Amino acid sequence: MKVIVAIKQVPSRDSRLRVDGSGRWIDPTDLTAEINEPDAYALEEALQWKEKHGGEVVVLCAGPAGATQTIRDALAKGADRALHIEEENLTAYDSLRLAELLAAAIRAEQPDLVLTGLQSDDLGYGQTGVILAELLGMPHGTIIMQTEKTAAGIRVKRELEDGWFQFVELPLPALLTIQSGINKLRYSTLMGIKKAKSKEIKALTPAALGVTPGGAAPLEKLYAPQRGKQSRLIEGDARKQAAELVEILKHEVRAI
Amino acid sequence: MATFRGVDYMHLDSLLSEQELLVRQTARRFVDEQIQPVIRDSFRDGKPPAGLARQMGELGFLGANLDGYGCAGMSSVEYGLVMLELERGDSGVRSFASVQGALVMYPIHAYGTEEQRQNWLPRLQSGEAVGCFGLTEPGFGSNPAGMTTTARRDGGHWVLNGEKTWITNGSVADVAVVWARTEQGIHGFLVERCTPGFSASELHGKLSMRASVTSSLAFSDCRIPSANQLPAAKGLKAALGCLTQARFGIGWGVIGAAMDCYESARQYTTIRKQFDDKPIAAHQLVQEKLAWMITEITKAQLLALHCGRLKDQGKLEPAHVSMLKRNNVAMALECARLSRDLLGANGIMDEYPMMRHMCNLETVKTYEGTDHIHALVIGEKVTGIAAYK
Ligand SMILES: Cc1cc2nc3c(=O)[nH]c(=O)nc-3n(C[C@H](O)[C@H](O)[C@H](O)COP(=O)(O)OP(=O)(O)OC[C@H]3O[C@@H](n4cnc5c(N)ncnc54)[C@H](O)[C@@H]3O)c2cc1C
Repeated sequence: MKVIVAIKQVPSRDSRLRVDGSGRWIDPTDLTAEINEPDAYALEEALQWKEKHGGEVVVLCAGPAGATQTIRDALAKGADRALHIEEENLTAYDSLRLAELLAAAIRAEQPDLVLTGLQSDDLGYGQTGVILAELLGMPHGTIIMQTEKTAAGIRVKRELEDGWFQFVELPLPALLTIQSGINKLRYSTLMGIKKAKSKEIKALTPAALGVTPGGAAPLEKLYAPQRGKQSRLIEGDARKQAAELVEILKHEVRAI
Repeated sequence: MATFRGVDYMHLDSLLSEQELLVRQTARRFVDEQIQPVIRDSFRDGKPPAGLARQMGELGFLGANLDGYGCAGMSSVEYGLVMLELERGDSGVRSFASVQGALVMYPIHAYGTEEQRQNWLPRLQSGEAVGCFGLTEPGFGSNPAGMTTTARRDGGHWVLNGEKTWITNGSVADVAVVWARTEQGIHGFLVERCTPGFSASELHGKLSMRASVTSSLAFSDCRIPSANQLPAAKGLKAALGCLTQARFGIGWGVIGAAMDCYESARQYTTIRKQFDDKPIAAHQLVQEKLAWMITEITKAQLLALHCGRLKDQGKLEPAHVSMLKRNNVAMALECARLSRDLLGANGIMDEYPMMRHMCNLETVKTYEGTDHIHALVIGEKVTGIAAYK
């Protein structure tokens, strides 16, 4: 069983973010980075699959040179080897183009299972995994809360809304996008960190994979939400005021 | 659960390698998830956090800088970063790791036979076994050279008599590294738990290091096989060799306690408002205290890092470690006091970490060579004149 986990490095949670000079991305100065949270759970799920069913866990990361820290951490946790698509400017790709990049690297590996996080903490598109499955011609399941190997393939639990779940069985190879909290994240032990030093990180480039930056849905502008304060006085007696307030809450603000 | 984001005023992280950052990340997460949630009760109840030894062993924190026998083989800087994070949790937790790694595993590794190493190091590394280090005696603290515990040869055995006190983990240890006077001078021995003539009793009433066990050891015609002598642990120098390792870890560790105090005070003073609805951090006297703390923490970080790099190059001298230990402990203690002050009445409560760190750091100032003794080591280094007596 060969499992590929796509992991992304994102700015650490609770970082103080500033838009950079290009107006299209975050200024990396003074920022620390970490693994995208749902990807950490995807990695853990892959490692548990390997422990239960044997095989190999390969991590795949498209990102800048500095992403090796996140890759090393995945290797320290127990991944066997890594593929690093070196690309300093990920925002130059739209979701489809990025998925093409990942798909090109994955095809050569012929995995039985591909895991990604549900979405990325920085862009939050939630599309990469799904598009990737289409490109690879694999069945996919999203928002996965549980996985189990079956004779025919894999049985998964999907999170729906309002506390509802769906159980689906898929043949392998398949792609799953993993929800945070599906399992308990392990620590990288000091011994694992030491071992990771000698594990292979294969460097790939977009050019060698035959993919160029771009896409039909480019990122135009990044800005902090504008905070505006508007006050409106509602006139009339209490009955009229209450009626108007309900109207506003229902139809303008859509709070009720 | 709050995650600690580090205290790095001057891009000091840029001096650390990728592997060093990963090691710190593991230790940091361990402290945030496993120590911070329980340490207040642990200190209050006077008991170490449950399962501590095994957890730390599994992650590789015990004897982290030693090679082989299951040890992680970390560099000195990586080891220091682990100590820093552990002491950010609590000095008692760091003490556990210090004693186990630097005072028990190190001497077995450096002075023991291959058989002793095989027998003890894997178990001590994993936390399955716990060790303690018996040097201090009721009558001999700063001056261990005067020790009165004796070891007498009797055929294939050594017979130990005497008393050790203030021994971290003494009553929970499976093995004690004990220093005793023989006809050939001071020597180190391994004494196993339950050896007839050996007893350990926990000391109660500590207002410091409450999350750590401290005990007295008594030896009364305690017979141990000759094979339990650590062959190369000859002379007080061997014992001091262990202490240099532990003091190095302390010099790093206390920065963690200082960071916890500073960061708690920084956050508190930006939220707490007094006079004209202004945060107290808007007052110059408050800022001066924060400025002092962050400056001293940054200097302490640089000192520790430089010592770590020197140690990895084999150039670190005991007198350097004395400066590291003395300066950084005094700095941390002052940070605990200043940050306590900035929290006003809240600062005295165990809901906040200052008083706990402050109480702990009083021990850290005393053990592993008091502040005075390290001043004398530095004084001797620069004058060539020993002033201990
Ligand atoms: C919680 C805790 C855990 C400990 N764990 C261990 C352990 O695991 N193993 C172990 O062996 N020991 C341990 N110790 C003991 C510790 O190392 C000693 O307490 C320390 O060496 C000081 O000895 P003392 O307490 O006898 O103080 P003393 O030596 O009596 O010193 C008292 C004061 O006199 C000063 N003084 C003494 N001599 C001089 C001098 N020549 N010049 C100037 N000032 C001087 C000291 O600086 C100090 O201020 C521990 C202590 C504590 C509190």
